[in-house]
Amino acid sequence: MARRSKVVADFDAAVADIPDGATIAIGGFAQPGVPFNLVAALGRQGAKRLTCIANTTGGAHKPRMPDIGMLVENGQVAKVVCSFTAGTRASDVLPFTPYYERGEVDAEIVPQGTLAERLRAAGAGIPAFYTPTAVGTELAEGRETRVINGREYLLEYALPVDVALLRAHQADEAGNLRFRRSQRNFNPLMAMAAKLVLVEVEQPILPAGAIDPDDVHTPGILVHRLVQVPPPPDGIWPMKREAR
Amino acid sequence: MPWSRQQMAERLAREFQDGWIVNLGVGMPTLIADVPLGEREVIFHSENGVIGYGPVTPPGQEDLHLVNAGGQNVTLLPGAAIVHHADSFALIRGGRMDVTVMGAYEAAANGDFANWKVKGAKGGGIGGAMDLAASAKRVFLMMEHRTRDGSPRLLQRCTLPITARGVVTLVATDLGLFAPTGEGFAVRDLAPGATLDEARAATACPVSD
Repeated sequence: MARRSKVVADFDAAVADIPDGATIAIGGFAQPGVPFNLVAALGRQGAKRLTCIANTTGGAHKPRMPDIGMLVENGQVAKVVCSFTAGTRASDVLPFTPYYERGEVDAEIVPQGTLAERLRAAGAGIPAFYTPTAVGTELAEGRETRVINGREYLLEYALPVDVALLRAHQADEAGNLRFRRSQRNFNPLMAMAAKLVLVEVEQPILPAGAIDPDDVHTPGILVHRLVQVPPPPDGIWPMKREAR
Repeated sequence: MPWSRQQMAERLAREFQDGWIVNLGVGMPTLIADVPLGEREVIFHSENGVIGYGPVTPPGQEDLHLVNAGGQNVTLLPGAAIVHHADSFALIRGGRMDVTVMGAYEAAANGDFANWKVKGAKGGGIGGAMDLAASAKRVFLMMEHRTRDGSPRLLQRCTLPITARGVVTLVATDLGLFAPTGEGFAVRDLAPGATLDEARAATACPVSD
């Protein structure tokens, strides 16, 4: 049986066919697991009217890394879906913030666990679910709730994705992924939720079978394209944040 | 002398019972991971799926693949485990957190609190706060008793958009440790030199001994 490798030559080739109007999910929590190189390539590629899903829009820390805020500055983003649309400190002004305040980009703020579960649901064939999170808050105003076993729950819908941009530590040519430490975060869920899954990989991409099947975090059937991250300065790697 | 942030962290850590699973939020609560707990074993959980992390990593030894909820590079303790975000929040919603410790802008006598949106802002920062507040067994808050301009943060009712209704167990401030009672706050402990009258003057609802 023939086996097709999922390895792509470079980041620009990986993102070349992302269309205007696509819904893009971007993995990562703080720096671990963020696909910096694929985000930078999407910036060069220039697709417009994107909906971007990630934990944050990025940009409050130094050094500045490729993030949704950069795509917003590029005029590529119509809407973001994030658990933070402001920084963790009230004094933070994110690169995203002035565009949002001027109404040039829309935002949907979603509690982090609800965001994760909406992605998981989209990949799991579950159209909606009830959660206790955000009941009684302004996020629940005007929305459907239901009392189950005496407790009130809020209806949340699955969040399907067109293209997921992910970062993994190891991959084999079949697309099986393994993450390291807290790099895993949203990445496996975005792989489940997306129709097209692009992954930047830190270690040299392995032949199929080199990762023990018991150690695979995301199965290769969910993954379409792999690009190995070159060493710096050609590739972008996590950097120690400056103290604030 | 009001409590320093470190002393607030130490006071809340005294409430932890042996075997608890504890989630620490961004900012002040991260100080708690460094407080010595003696004979008690507590497991720290972070929203990004890290179960069993330890103190912040010494400079120069950081593992850039490993952060806590605040994005600080931390250490893993023996027995640690890592899961993805949906499993991490399944642990939260599933009621496995014995306590979550968070910063807050306001806490109210009815147990409501607010920590995700400031006055006049269009955006906000929810992170995992609403999930944790809704489903942890206890919610401990760590906050300054007053705003920078001296207004009370402990109120009859929150004025900012709330994070969750009626969930607060304890509030540690620079003046002491307080528990919402429905009508006001009960003093559980006072910082050295702080008086009941001082706490009453700094609080916008009744404070009981």
